[in-house]
Amino acid sequence: MNMLKLPIYLDHNATTPCDPRVVEAMVPYFTNAFGNAASRNHPFGWQAEEAVDYAREQVAKLIGADPKEIIFTSGATEGDNLAIKGVYEMYASKGNHIITCNIEHKAVLDTCRHLEKEGAEITYLDVKPNGLIDLAELEAAIKPTTILIAIMYANNEIGTVMPMREISAIARKHGVLVFSDGVQAVGKIPVDVNKDGIDLMAFTAHKMYGPKGVGVLYVRRKNPRVKVTAQIDGGGHERGMRSGTLNVPGIVGFGKACEICLQEMESDAKRISLLRDKLENALLKVEESYLNGDKESRLPHVTNISFKYVEGEGLMMGFNKNIALSSGSACTSASLEPSYVLKALGLGDDLAHSSLRFGLGRFTTEEQIDYTIEHVTNTVNKLREMSPLWEMFKDGIDLNTIEWAHH
Amino acid sequence: MAYSEKVIDHYQHPKNVGTLDKSKNNVGTGLVGAPECGDVMRLQIEVDEATGVIRDAKFKTFGCGSAIASSSLATEWLKGKSVDEAVKIDNMTIVEELNLPPVKIHCSVLAEDAIKAAINDYRKKNGLEELQFDESPIH
Repeated sequence: MNMLKLPIYLDHNATTPCDPRVVEAMVPYFTNAFGNAASRNHPFGWQAEEAVDYAREQVAKLIGADPKEIIFTSGATEGDNLAIKGVYEMYASKGNHIITCNIEHKAVLDTCRHLEKEGAEITYLDVKPNGLIDLAELEAAIKPTTILIAIMYANNEIGTVMPMREISAIARKHGVLVFSDGVQAVGKIPVDVNKDGIDLMAFTAHKMYGPKGVGVLYVRRKNPRVKVTAQIDGGGHERGMRSGTLNVPGIVGFGKACEICLQEMESDAKRISLLRDKLENALLKVEESYLNGDKESRLPHVTNISFKYVEGEGLMMGFNKNIALSSGSACTSASLEPSYVLKALGLGDDLAHSSLRFGLGRFTTEEQIDYTIEHVTNTVNKLREMSPLWEMFKDGIDLNTIEWAHH
Repeated sequence: MAYSEKVIDHYQHPKNVGTLDKSKNNVGTGLVGAPECGDVMRLQIEVDEATGVIRDAKFKTFGCGSAIASSSLATEWLKGKSVDEAVKIDNMTIVEELNLPPVKIHCSVLAEDAIKAAINDYRKKNGLEELQFDESPIH
C-alpha cells in the first residue's frame, strides 16, 4: 500500500507536474545541446533543429496531424490569440464574423472582445444547462460573413467535451473554418484533427505533464490550406507564422510529453476515471450536493460539484493545507464575481459560489481520493453547522422569499 | 492568498457559533449580505435588560474564511459591552485585528453591518427608535 503523501494535488486543470521522463529528456538541451534551432551553419544548430523536428513529429502524431502543421508558441493563450486574430486578419476580405460560446477560456473571449473593437462581429452562443452548445443554434448563427467558429474541445471548469465532429461538419457545410482550444482535451482523450475536422487548434505542454512556457498552434495545410497572419514579427520562424527563437528544451519536453500521452492515455484515463467516479459518487451522497456539467460527454479526470449553503473559498480553507483544488467562488478571484462558466449553465450565483473543481491526474492515488472524500465531507458538514442558510433550509424556509440586502 | 494566523484560528475554532431565541424581547438579530454575493452573516445579541449589557452573542455565517473570522471576532467583542458601546465597533478595528487584506475588507464591513442590524432589531423590539447609520462607502 502506498503511503499517503500530503499535500494532495487535485488541480490538474490548472497545471500538471512535469513527468520525470519529460524532465530527463529536456535536461541535455539546457547545457550541452544548447544551440539555436535557427542556426543553420554549425553542429549546435543542427542538433537543436533535429531535436525540434523530432518533437514536432511526436506532437503531430498525438493529434493525427502532419509535423509541418505544428507551430510552436509560448502556450495556449498565445495560440488562441494567434489563431483568432490571425484568421480575422488573414480572411478579412471574406468576412468579419466569428462564432464562439460563452464558456470559452478568457484567452478566447478576451481576444474576441479585442477584435470587436476593431470591427469584428462576434456571436457568443449560450450553452445548454449541461454545458454543451446547441448545434441548431450554431448553424443558425452562420452568415455569409462568418469566417471562423471557435469552440473549445473541453471546458476547463466543468470538463464537458463539446461535440467537435458535429460542429465541424456544420462548419464544413458552410465553408467556415473551425478553431478549437484543445488545452484540456489533448493528451487526456483521443483528439484527431482530421477525424474531428479541426482546422486550427491551440494546446499547451503544461496541462499534459510537460513544461510551462511552450504550446502549439495546429494550422491545417490541406483541405483547406489555412493561413494566419503573424502576430509577432521577427525572423520568420515557424513558417512565418510565429517569429522568435524556439524554446528547444521546452519543445523537446513537449514532444516527450505527447509521446507518453499517446502511449498511456488510454490506461491513464481508465484508471483516473474510476478514481474520479469514486470521488464523485461519494461526494454526491452529501445532502444538497449537485454535479455541474454533463455527466456523459466529459473528460475522464474532472468533476465539478456544488455544495449548497456553504461558500467555496470558506470550504477550501478547511482543507487547503492538504488538498489543492479550485472553486468557482467569487472569493477565489480578484473580481469578486463567481465563475462565469457556472453562471452560463444557468446556476444561480449561490450555487456557483458553492462549487469545487476536482481535477485528478496521472499521479493521483486511491489513498489520496479516500482522504479527500473524508476531509471534504467533514468540512462541508462543519461549515453547514455554522451556515445561517443551512439552518433556514433545515427549518423549511425558502431562501428566495427573503429580501436580501444586496451590497 | 495566505490567511493571517488570527483568521485561521477563528476559522478553525470559531467562537460563539449558534442561535439565540429570536422570539425573546431581549434578543436582537441582524441578518446581512446575500447568498448571491457569497456571504451572509447572522449575528444575534442577548441583552441583560437590567444593565443594558450584552450577555451573549452568537453568529452563523455563510462565506469565506475572513467572513467567518470577522463575525466570530465580532461576537467576542460584543459580549460584555453595553449596547451603546457595541454600536461604536468599527469595521477597521476588525480589519486591523485580523490583518485582512484589502480584498477582504468587505467582510469586516458586513460584520459591522450585522452588529448594527442586531442592535436596531433589539431597539425596535423594545420600543426604541432605530439608529440611523451612514451608508458605508465600501459597498
